Amino acid sequence: MSEHSKSSPLPTYFMVWGALLVGTFLTYEAAKVDLGVFNAAVALTIATAKALLVALFFMHLKGASEKLLKLVVISTVFFLFILLALSMADYGTRLRP
Amino acid sequence: MGAPTVGSASHGSHNPALLHHFVDEEQQRDAANLGMWIFLATEVMFFGGLFCAYLIYRGWYFPDFAAASRSIDALLGGTNTAVLICSSLTVVLAIYAAQTSRRVMLIAMLVLTMLFGCVFLGIKAKEYRDKFVEHHVPGASFNFDHEQIPGSSPVRYANPRHAEIFFALYFIMTGLHALHMIIGLGIFTWLLWMAWKGRFTPEYHTPLEIGGLYWHFVDIVWIYLFPLLYLIDRH
Repeated sequence: MSEHSKSSPLPTYFMVWGALLVGTFLTYEAAKVDLGVFNAAVALTIATAKALLVALFFMHLKGASEKLLKLVVISTVFFLFILLALSMADYGTRLRP
Repeated sequence: MGAPTVGSASHGSHNPALLHHFVDEEQQRDAANLGMWIFLATEVMFFGGLFCAYLIYRGWYFPDFAAASRSIDALLGGTNTAVLICSSLTVVLAIYAAQTSRRVMLIAMLVLTMLFGCVFLGIKAKEYRDKFVEHHVPGASFNFDHEQIPGSSPVRYANPRHAEIFFALYFIMTGLHALHMIIGLGIFTWLLWMAWKGRFTPEYHTPLEIGGLYWHFVDIVWIYLFPLLYLIDRH
């Protein structure tokens, strides 16, 4: 466990916490502005940025050395992408009900 | 690995928390972490299916989804997002406390995490109550007549059958999320009990890390649920 030799992780934790709260506020405010189709894009971009912050710093993926762990995380995202992308490609190109 | 040498005759000179089928504590910790991430992978696919259903229906019935989304209190949803983010911070602080042998801080952070969890569920209950009062719960008493589609001129009204699908997805997705929160509270009760008994040390606090991973995952699910359900069309 290399944590003992490193400097305190507390400033990082509080900065990530602040960024997450700012992100939440931004999502809420951005939804009030009419951006047309880009409203959803902005909301999902901010959400993904927040999810990445949580995964990298709070779930300690940043600095994880175990290669098997990286494989699991990357394949999770990959299979979720297949699930969503292929389903949407199918339904998006059909006649609507 | 600075393993302490608290040995008994039968355990040799290693940490009593180290199970015999692992080479050292680091391997044991990595194995537990990997197992948890594989479980989280199945959870991602589990929620992923629901998100997929949501996206398909949202694409088909966007105006009705927008009208239905407006009827939920976005301020309550936003507050709940902030509450969960704060609880995620207290979780990492709890792990930090265990790593640095701060017993009081560890217990305080675990209690705070559970408190935030309860606040989240309380706000959720208030939201659900509003939906029941407004007859927005899918079923026999569902009523969404004469609800205007946002920004439509001349005024058009949402199709109640389509809005009902939104509310069905809303209750299933937030309900499953709330169930995860309740399970999380159970896990943290157990962690608090272990912490109270002084079972966590700088060398061994794997249950805290694993429980924390679960809590953060539930937080991430909410980070996506909030904009998708509450903020479809607020302008």
